[in-house]
Amino acid sequence: MSILRPQRPTLDDLKPELADIERRLFLRGSLSLGALTLLTGCNLVEGNSVDKALMAMSHWNDKVQAWLFDPNKLAQTYSRADITTPFPFNAFYPESRAPAVDGGTYRLEVSGLVADRKSWTIEELRALPQESQITRHICVEGWSAVGEWSGVRFSTFLDRIGADRRARYVGFKCADGYYSSIDMATALHPQTILALDFGDDPLPRKYGYPMKLRVPTKLGFKNPKHIGALFVTNDNPGGYWEDQGYNWFSGS
Amino acid sequence: MSGDISPKPRKRCAIHPSIVRLTHWINAAAMIVMVMSGWQIYNAHPIFDFRFPAWMTLGGWLAGAIAWHFAAMWVLAVNLLVYLAYGLFSGHFRRDLLPITPAGVWRDVKAALAFRLPHALGHYNAVQRLLYAGVIALILLAVASGLAIWKPVQFQTLVWLMGGFDFARVVHFFAMAGIVGFFVVHILLVLIVPKTLAPMILGGTVPDAEATP
Repeated sequence: MSILRPQRPTLDDLKPELADIERRLFLRGSLSLGALTLLTGCNLVEGNSVDKALMAMSHWNDKVQAWLFDPNKLAQTYSRADITTPFPFNAFYPESRAPAVDGGTYRLEVSGLVADRKSWTIEELRALPQESQITRHICVEGWSAVGEWSGVRFSTFLDRIGADRRARYVGFKCADGYYSSIDMATALHPQTILALDFGDDPLPRKYGYPMKLRVPTKLGFKNPKHIGALFVTNDNPGGYWEDQGYNWFSGS
Repeated sequence: MSGDISPKPRKRCAIHPSIVRLTHWINAAAMIVMVMSGWQIYNAHPIFDFRFPAWMTLGGWLAGAIAWHFAAMWVLAVNLLVYLAYGLFSGHFRRDLLPITPAGVWRDVKAALAFRLPHALGHYNAVQRLLYAGVIALILLAVASGLAIWKPVQFQTLVWLMGGFDFARVVHFFAMAGIVGFFVVHILLVLIVPKTLAPMILGGTVPDAEATP
């Protein structure tokens, strides 16, 4: 794997996982790798030693960012007048390929280092205490947009499922084949929520129906949409972009 | 040579002390990596109506460019701290960069434009002082705006000082533009006065008298 050149996973690489997710979530739609083909570029340098050095620095930067992360520092919040309209769509596929998850049959699967592995319906998630935030979503590309998300504070949810709060990571698997993970300190941050609503309405399909992770202390790609399963673990689960060379921690 | 009275006698007569030469070249290498990878990052979402040509960029794609940028930033930052500490505590800044007076700069700019500005080895003229102090300030501005963009939640005060997240990117861009502008002028001046290059590598020796060629 070279981070100096975008990795192009073949469909075969993703098929088992895709099939699994599709079976569980009764998906329509499919994965597009079209966006990835746009990401080719020329390289000035090629070589394993350069790659290794850059990856070593990236891991060092993960440690520094974890050290810089203040669990009590809140991201700036905004007023409704500051909300960016329309809020940009962003994914590794065009908007038309966003997965259409059936809310009626949807179940959030929970696994790993948790006491209660029962899965959750949307109604059960909505029955938990809800809170709202108007925060800035910052993309790794440099653009940013202010949006309003509401849902369950993630630390509340982790307590409900009896998650081991000393575990290191929480991983997420999504209905569109996307996957990502965050550190436990960020998972427990008061502004990290399982978002069910965008503005006054349930999350629309393009913004991650039926549920997305909203983490204002991380870059946008650490905010997975269409989450179908989450798990608590001590082994870094990586992520779709992270495994291609993007910095894992990517905190704001 | 420069007319001021140093409290301690010069141990050696190097035009550029070894620490200045070392940090200069490390900074040059780190800055080239920062700028070229920064152009690739800029291209992911340009703030102005243009992109940098691919051949001018480093990293191949956004992830590679970010990896380069956030690796070289440590080289740049540590090197900068060493240089600033040396400059402040050795008297290098006070002795060689100050004072910068408008009258002195005006006099030397006019002389430079007439190609009559004496370029005395071991002594910075007013234009040099302004440019060197200016580029140090620009590098500090680039670091500050870069930190604001990198950690907008943890360094919220810095973001506020930079006029918000989006404007911090603009500040970062113009700090880069200023540094690149300095680079171009700096290289041109070295080409015009090539005798300045060897001492920056080897140290050189300060001529005894004012009689510089």
